[in-house]
Formats: sequence, C-alpha cells, structure tokens
Amino acid sequence: MGKVNSSIKLIGLEKSFGSNRVLRGIDLDIPAGEVTILMGANGAGKSTLVKVMCGVHKADSGTIYLAGKEFNPQTPADAIKAGIVTVHQNINDGVVPDLDVASNLMLDVLANPHSSVFLLPSKIRKAAKQAAERLGLDLDMRAPVHSLSLADKQLVAITRAMAHEPNLLILDEPTSSLSLLETQRLFELLDRLKARGVAILYISHRMSDIKRMADRIVSMRDGEVSGVFEGDDLDYIGAVNAMLGHKISDVDIQIPEVGAPVLELKNIQLLESSKPFSLAAHKNEIIVITGLVGVGKSLLASVLFGREALFKGEISLNGQKYNPKNITDAIHEGVFLCSKDRGTNGIIPEFNISHNISLPFLSTLSKFGFIGRGVERNFAKTAIKDLGIICQGEDDNIEELSGGNQQKVMVARWLMKASKLLILDEPFQGVDIAARRDIGNKLRETAKDRATIVFVTELDEALEIADRIFVMSEHGVVGEHRNKNADADLILAQVLGDQIKDKQMNETVEISEGAAL
Amino acid sequence: MKQASLSKDKIKAVAIRYGFLTLLAGLVLFFSLSAPGFATPFSAVFIFQSVAITGILALGVTATLVVDGFDLSIGSIATSSLMLSAYIMVVLDQNAVVAVAACLAMGAFVGLVNGFLIVYMRVPDLLATLGMMFLLIGLQRIPTEGRSIAQGMTLPGGETATGVFSKSFLALGRHKFDFFIENFIPFSVIIFVVIAVLIWLYFEFTRYGRVMYAIGSNERAAGLAGVPVHKYKIIAYMISGVLASVGGILLAARLGRGDIASGNNLLLDSVAAALIGFAVLGAAKPNAFGTAIGALFVGILLQGMTMMNAPYYTQDFVKGAVLVVALVFTFSLSNRR
Repeated sequence: MGKVNSSIKLIGLEKSFGSNRVLRGIDLDIPAGEVTILMGANGAGKSTLVKVMCGVHKADSGTIYLAGKEFNPQTPADAIKAGIVTVHQNINDGVVPDLDVASNLMLDVLANPHSSVFLLPSKIRKAAKQAAERLGLDLDMRAPVHSLSLADKQLVAITRAMAHEPNLLILDEPTSSLSLLETQRLFELLDRLKARGVAILYISHRMSDIKRMADRIVSMRDGEVSGVFEGDDLDYIGAVNAMLGHKISDVDIQIPEVGAPVLELKNIQLLESSKPFSLAAHKNEIIVITGLVGVGKSLLASVLFGREALFKGEISLNGQKYNPKNITDAIHEGVFLCSKDRGTNGIIPEFNISHNISLPFLSTLSKFGFIGRGVERNFAKTAIKDLGIICQGEDDNIEELSGGNQQKVMVARWLMKASKLLILDEPFQGVDIAARRDIGNKLRETAKDRATIVFVTELDEALEIADRIFVMSEHGVVGEHRNKNADADLILAQVLGDQIKDKQMNETVEISEGAAL
Repeated sequence: MKQASLSKDKIKAVAIRYGFLTLLAGLVLFFSLSAPGFATPFSAVFIFQSVAITGILALGVTATLVVDGFDLSIGSIATSSLMLSAYIMVVLDQNAVVAVAACLAMGAFVGLVNGFLIVYMRVPDLLATLGMMFLLIGLQRIPTEGRSIAQGMTLPGGETATGVFSKSFLALGRHKFDFFIENFIPFSVIIFVVIAVLIWLYFEFTRYGRVMYAIGSNERAAGLAGVPVHKYKIIAYMISGVLASVGGILLAARLGRGDIASGNNLLLDSVAAALIGFAVLGAAKPNAFGTAIGALFVGILLQGMTMMNAPYYTQDFVKGAVLVVALVFTFSLSNRR
C-alpha cells in the first residue's frame, strides 16, 4: 500500500429533507495526512454530511471532489470503492459478532462473488493476520468477535476498513464507549494511518480527544460551517464557540418574580465519582441546564422522572420528600418529562395528533375505561391553535408533520395537564427557529404555576428561554448564571470545563484538568 | 398533470380502503347467482357457525398482534381446553360450570405464563409461544395416556369412566335459538358475535385498547408516557389464552368427545383471519372488525366453493391464496409500515 496522496473537497453541498434544510451549502476541505475534527451540536447536520459523503444520502446540489476529480457516490459501495470508509458510532454495525476475527477482517473477500467457493480457514487467517500486521495490530485471529472488548471490535472494524486502502477515513464518535487505555490504542493507530497519508475526518465532542488528535477543527452549526480553525495553536474555545454559537439573541428575557420553591435538590450526587450539588427550582421560573453530551443531563432528567435511582442525596417536591419508583409514580406526583429524541422516545408513529397528545392522560379522559373522544379532540384542537401546529386537523397522522410540528405535539402532550415540575430534555432538537420560538413562548406563557427545567446543549437556546442557567460538567453543576447580561464566555468556559477563566469569576467552580466532556 | 396524479392517489386510497369489502360483496353476489341455495338464511347461519371458533381464536391473536406480539400457542390452548373439559366431565364426573371455569382459568394461566416468558424472561414472542404450543400438545396427552376421551371409555387404571358430557355443556355447541325461524341461530354464533363486539369496543373505544396500540407502535415512547408496558403485554397474552380456551370449549361441546386429533387447523386458520383483517378498510394494522370480516371472508369462500362442488382438499389452497392477496393489499398498496 503506497502513500496515498489526495484530499477531499466539498463545495456548496446542500441537502434537504422535505422542508427541513439540513445542509445549507457546506464548503469543506479534508486534506490528506491530517486529522480534521468535525464538531457540531445535535441537529447541526454532522451525520447528514457524513451520510452524503459515504453514499447513503444523495446531495441535492453541490460537488464533492476526490483527489481533484468529481465524485458522486450513489451507494455506500461506490463510496467504499472510491476509498471513503466510515466507522460508525455504533461499533456493532461494523462487525459480525458470531464470526472470528479472521473472518471479520476478510469479510469483504468472503462476500465477494468472485472469491473461490471453498474456504481454507488457515489461508484466511494468514491473510487476515497480514492485514492486521500492516496496521501494527496483534489480534487473536481465532477469537470470536463478540468476546472482544469494545476497543478491539473497533480496531477490527477499522482494520477491515483499511483493507480497502481508503483515502478518507470517517470516524463518528469512535471513543464514546472506550476506556482511556483503549482510546490510546485507537489514537496510535490513527497516528500511523495519518503518517501514511490518509485523510481522517473525526467527529467528537470529547475535548481531551480533540486536543490529542486535532490538526484542524471544523465547527458546524445549523447546516453550515461556522468556523474553521487550523495552525499550530488551535483555538479550542473559538471552535466550541462557533459550534454552540452565542450571539446574544434578540429575545429579551424579562425575568419574572419567582414563586415558592417547587423542586429542591439537596447535595445530590449522580455518580459515585461525581461531585454533589444543590439546586432549587421555583414556581414561575424556567431553569436551563446546559452542558455538553454525556455530562449527566439525561441522567438527572431520568432520576427526576423515576427511571433511575439517585446515587446519593435528597430531593423534595413542594417540601415533601420526592422519590419516584417509576414513571407512573412521577407522573402521578405531577412531574412530567418531555423526552429527547422524539422519534424513538416520544411519538407513537401510528397515532394521529390527538391520540399522541392524550396518551399519558387517558385515564382522566375516560369513564369506565371508555375514552371521552369529544374532550380528547378539543384538547388537540386547542393545542393546534395555541402552538401553531401546522396541519390539516387533529386527525392528521403524526408522521405527516414536519419535525418542528411533531415536537410541538410532544410539548402539547405534557402541557395538556397542569404539572408541578415540567422537564424538557432537548426540546429544540431538529426544530427550526420559528417553531423553537413558538415552543419557548408557550412554555413561558404557561410557566406560572409550575417549575420548568429545560436541558439543552446549545447556548443560544439556553439564553433564549432561561431565567437562570446552570452549567453541568462531569455529572455535577459547575456554574450558575442569572440570564441578565449573562457572561456567555464564562458559560462557555464552564461548559468546556476549562480552568483558565473561571477562577476569577466563580469561586465555587472546581473542575479537574483534562475534563472529558 | 398534478391534477391527474392527485386523482390517482385518491383512487388508490379508495381502493385500499374499500377494496377488500368490495371483493367480499362481489364474492357473495357471485355465489348467490351461481350456487343455488347459497343466498338463504340457513346458508348464512352455517357460514357463521363454521367460522365461530376460528373467529374467536383469531380475535385473541389480534390482541397479541396489537401489542406487536404473536401467539402461536392458541391452537394448542384450544385443544388443551377441549381435552380438559372432557376430562373434567367424563373422568372426574363434574358438571358443566366446573368444566367451563377450569378451561377459562387454564387459558388465562397459559396466557400469563406466555406473557411472563416474553416480558420478564425476554424470550422472543414467536419462540416462547412455539415452546408453549409444543408443551401443551404433549401435556394434554399425558392424563389419558394418549387416548381420546369419550363417554364410557376405559381409563388407564382399567375401570370405566362414569361421567358424561352434561346437557348444558353440549348446548354451548349444539343449541340453536329461535329467531323468526325455529332452531335457527346456534349458541356458538351468538358467543362469537358477542366476543367480537366486546373486543372491538375494547380496542376502539377504551383507553386500555388505545394504550395497547401505543405499545405496539412504539413501546419505548409508550413507556415514557407512563404506560405500564409489561402489564399490558401480559394482559394481551391472557386475552389470547382465554379466547382460545373459549374456542376449545365450543369445539368440545360441538364434538361431544375429547378428540385428540381435532383442532389441527385452528392455529393457521385463525392467524390467517387476523392477518386478512389488516386489509379490511385499509387499516394496515391488527383490528377486531377486520379480524371478524377476515374470518367470515374465508367462511363464505369455502361455503360457496363447497356448494359449487369444489373438492374439500382445495380448501387450504384457497385460504392460503386469500391470505397472500390480503397481505399484498396491506403491505404493498398502502404506504404505511
């Protein structure tokens, strides 16, 4: 395998799904022999971009140049043939768990219709061993892949990918489930590939990984490249800044008088290894908890909704001890959670709008088990009007709606009944700005008699709706800000877990070095 | 151009919605014209009677299909119920009430075990109920050492069975009520219709049915909306088990003996009826009304063909063909799923 010397260039790449413009003209260079880090919050369009490059989706317009030649993959096989290889986030997609390492490495030979009909296991093992050795890997060729560690599975997937002599290797959050040591092994391999002149596009949120691997950083936001950072001294804060964006939005928050405390977290600890923190949410208050992916936001939401047990500490609701055993319990206590990822966690695809809204509260709509259909309909009609859900009527199937409107239905579901505490986990995921404003306004409008907690990653969204902003890092709270001339740079620094800035501002913040975000 | 495609879509929508019912109506018309005696009240009642047991089992399968499950054990639950009722009356010399109660309890218990295996032991539904089917087929033969149960049979111990099928029990399968015509409507048909209406009400109008559909469509989202998913899944299998045992009771009452070989076709026929039901009114999902229509469709077709002297051995072929056509209707023509 000689030194490959090519780069990939994207010009004006656009892709829409229905009315949702996911990629809005991406210009991107991925030079050979370098690691280009791609950063972007959920819904920024990273995965769509990757899917276009590896032939899963076709771009609406724009061109991809591969080593100077125009390249237009129709299928994933096209992309692989052209030397664009992708290792997906879910490692198990890349390996066949029941086969041994050798068969996995040689899978493409085995699947090739032109290969010989009979298999000589020893021959396969020998060829596989050579493939592994070329990458400096020492793997037991006879071990079934399901017995390997996650890292080894990943290495197998990459090794197999390397057999195609790739020009571009795309890795989608490859370390998200690896231990520190395993991550090191992966990085060593990537270093070797880099030295051979392979262009690497590396998608990650983990600051420590980024610092270790980055030659260049490209930030994406709302389907556009929002910043390119290169040179010897990479501007990491600038990159995160470009990814999250904190142009102070034009929404002027009038922080209202808050009422009595509703939810009180007293010295709670989410994990054994995390720092305890306290927090109180009041009536008529919207609290935003922000932080990068994997810092414990979802875990906190799960604890409050009765899905996970709290490691340590005490939670009270309206002064009473609150310790829900399960979701039904939490809902009964008046704590509602609008989950993130509405596609998997929220919508009932076969139901219409009105049935989707009423699902958690059917018992209050029913007499002797029979659903009061008129009442149900009226709830849906009101929600459609109040939230401006664009549809033909409450009988529309939920899947016919756009993402933003589906999300409005999900929010309407949990606004249908009064709650003591309403939690929304990433309610603006894949939602356009107009719908985001509608949802935000509705939350504010209805917030008077309950406490509201919103979990978001994007700072823009936080600044748009919050009265107070809490920053989470490493499963603890590292900062608190009143959303009145809040210092967005400080918030960002805390989000990053960076020690440089927070010392002078906030003495309660304690963050360890090299925080994995 | 756009106008044309729009009206094309509309035609397709109408075809999907009413296609199967139109086919049914056409079939009835065809047989009425070409088979003398088909368009009579007696023939209609006979059709209902011939599909009553299959239909009841099919309604049970529908319940498991709604929660995105499947119950392969219904046929064997029905035959177990048949054998159990015969055993209780003939060998243990008990009355009809005891026999019926025991059968229903057995069906509910088997459904509970199925649900438990699937929900808590995480055995895939097809495998769990396949295992249960096998187990029951074997179990029902043990008490009589593999023999059928008839009045006055010789027991394994050598003595003669003293019990008899009670009259009131046999009435469940044989009695006919007067309705304009004397001895017209069989008891089993009434039971079928009542169960069909109840199951229809349950799934269309009650919150329990709604919640089960939610589980079948997106189990995770249903759970996050506070639905006790495990409980409802188990209930679905219990409904299926109880209805299958009802089918077995009616079969026993009709036959008047515990025939080990009867009920072979029950599973396939009832599953077919439930799946044909997907195509009715373009539902593209399991539904009680469709299931009942699906059962009737097969019944009408077989009755008509029999009256036109088609040989009995073509029956399974015809059922299979209907099923395939209905499935194409559901999955290929409609956009859903």
